[in-house]
Amino acid sequence: MELENKRESKVISKNIDVFYGDKQALFGIDLEIYKNEVTALIGPSGCGKSTFLRCINRMNDVIDICKITGEIEIDNFNIYKPDVDVVRLREKVGMVFQKPNPFPKSIYDNIAYGPSIHGIAKDKNEMDHIVETSLQKAALWNEVKDRLHEPGTGLSGGQQQRLCIARAISINPEIILMDEPCSALDPIATAKIEELIDSLKRSFTIVIVTHSMSQAARVSQRTGFFHLGKLIEMGETEKIFKNPNNTMTQDYITGRFG
Amino acid sequence: MNKELRRKKRYQAEKRFQLYGIIAISLALFFVGLLVFKVFSDGTSAFSRTMIKLDVTFDANKLGITNVNDKDEVDNADYYTLIYEEFIKSYPFSNREEEKQIIKLLSPDYEFEAKNYFLKNKDQLNKTVTLLLTASDDFDQLHKGNFPRDIPEDRRRLSNYQLKIYDQFLKDGKVEKIFNNYLFSKGDSRDPELAGFGGAILGSLFTILICLLISFPIALAAAVYLEEFAPKNKLTDLIEININNLAAVPSIVFGLLGLGILLNVFELPRSTPLVGGIALSLMTLPRIIIPARASLKAVPPSIREGALAMGASKVQTVFHHVVPLAMPGTLSGTIIGLAQALGETAPLLLIGMVAFVVELPGSPMDPSASLPVQVYLWSESAERGFVEKTSATIMMLLGFLIVMNSLAVYARQKFEKKWN
Repeated sequence: MELENKRESKVISKNIDVFYGDKQALFGIDLEIYKNEVTALIGPSGCGKSTFLRCINRMNDVIDICKITGEIEIDNFNIYKPDVDVVRLREKVGMVFQKPNPFPKSIYDNIAYGPSIHGIAKDKNEMDHIVETSLQKAALWNEVKDRLHEPGTGLSGGQQQRLCIARAISINPEIILMDEPCSALDPIATAKIEELIDSLKRSFTIVIVTHSMSQAARVSQRTGFFHLGKLIEMGETEKIFKNPNNTMTQDYITGRFG
Repeated sequence: MNKELRRKKRYQAEKRFQLYGIIAISLALFFVGLLVFKVFSDGTSAFSRTMIKLDVTFDANKLGITNVNDKDEVDNADYYTLIYEEFIKSYPFSNREEEKQIIKLLSPDYEFEAKNYFLKNKDQLNKTVTLLLTASDDFDQLHKGNFPRDIPEDRRRLSNYQLKIYDQFLKDGKVEKIFNNYLFSKGDSRDPELAGFGGAILGSLFTILICLLISFPIALAAAVYLEEFAPKNKLTDLIEININNLAAVPSIVFGLLGLGILLNVFELPRSTPLVGGIALSLMTLPRIIIPARASLKAVPPSIREGALAMGASKVQTVFHHVVPLAMPGTLSGTIIGLAQALGETAPLLLIGMVAFVVELPGSPMDPSASLPVQVYLWSESAERGFVEKTSATIMMLLGFLIVMNSLAVYARQKFEKKWN
């Protein structure tokens, strides 16, 4: 357990409850996410893993009937304090969605949107530079460098998803949340995204929600298993997949339910 | 066997249903065709005007002009007598009554037509030129073949003597049909041959412009607020229901409102496109808000989430992403709303845009007619010349509506195509 000591906590969730109207979606979630690692959240449909992911950048705020209690600390700062600026928070915590959702603008404008609203680039040259490096980091640059001003919606599904990843990293966040980023993609595109996730963890902390257990096993260092709104078990990916503590985890992983 | 029978019945039902559909469409097309045929057969002749040729010498003595460059003298010269005397010479007459009948074949505007010609061609002083003078309405209709010659003389607007003159003129090649530019350039007139819908077109354009300027920004702001920002509660539900109700309010009610509030309380100028535009914008507002909200609702939530996740604020999300995407639908809704306003008559009648206006309006603050009201006004006139002009105005109105509706379709397709 030498490795454990070097790890640094990035996100700590303390007793998070989420309610949609009268229905409780999450029950007292306590977990820890480490810096520069990929943490996978798995579980059957409707288990609350996406709901939890959206708590980390407060995307649930958009839903009127959603109520959240508990604390999530990022770098020891509770993001559910009343005076927290969600705009600042989301600058720090980027998100990639299940279905690729590039803006109906050019590839260039898709990337430039974040930096321009946050005033990151001082001039056109700097913006060009941000666009280029973001696309390079997302392994998309070589495919699109000759058509930066064509619509982002004209790319293939896998390219669109990498465009969304490039868009998320353009404002240089610390954490990237990915909500089933490969569920709408074919196996080749999925392999590319997984490769990308692996390389991105050097600069970012990544939390990925996935339906595919093999994907969780391939890309993540730690895995959390959710069931019916509860975190059943969380630990090293290898341990969760080879020798889980909980029988329910065991059953899910071996495909007996889910 | 039973199965066989049922299948047969099913096919029959299908055929029957198709037949109903074809009958319905044919009926609809028949009525549209009837309308178009009626309007065109009545209206096309309004686009031409009958002229009578007259050889005139711009005699300096008769006109009383000593110096052509004296503006005052040229302006006040006696063109009336010049043309009058020259024209009655074109056919022999034996008494005062016949003389009157001759001059009545000319439109009363001949004095100004001669003057306008001379003002442009001052070098023609003391020279003889062939003028084309507008014929009177009855002469015009006679030439267009709309005048019944075979009914008894005492029930005709043209006497046998006048008909004889017409036949003589025709034989001498003195009658000519030209394109009726008066129709587009003039306002209303008591004389059909001098009336045009130029004033009505300008009035309609000013009205629609005012209506657009008022209703579009308000409707867009209301739609965006209600759809994107307003909390969902009883009050917003009530507002929503009332917007839908407002869209169903008979338009004449808005006319009463315009009369009671705009004219009587705020004392805005009567009969003007300004007041008409304001009254119509009240009517147009809900008709823009409803499609605008529908198009805002149709913007996929994934776009909103994408923008919010990038750290855009709610207002930035709405104005950078949602509103631009909803624009094609909103614009086509706006254009269709304006097209409805363009054809609206009742509210304009109440705020006095039904006045007889000869002058072309120079601004939305001038009294003016509008196309649908012009149709209403002319359709009440007995002269045959106004009948064809009524149809011509309807053609104009339909033309505007077709253009606007095509524009709506174009706007929607053009901007939506871009990204799909």
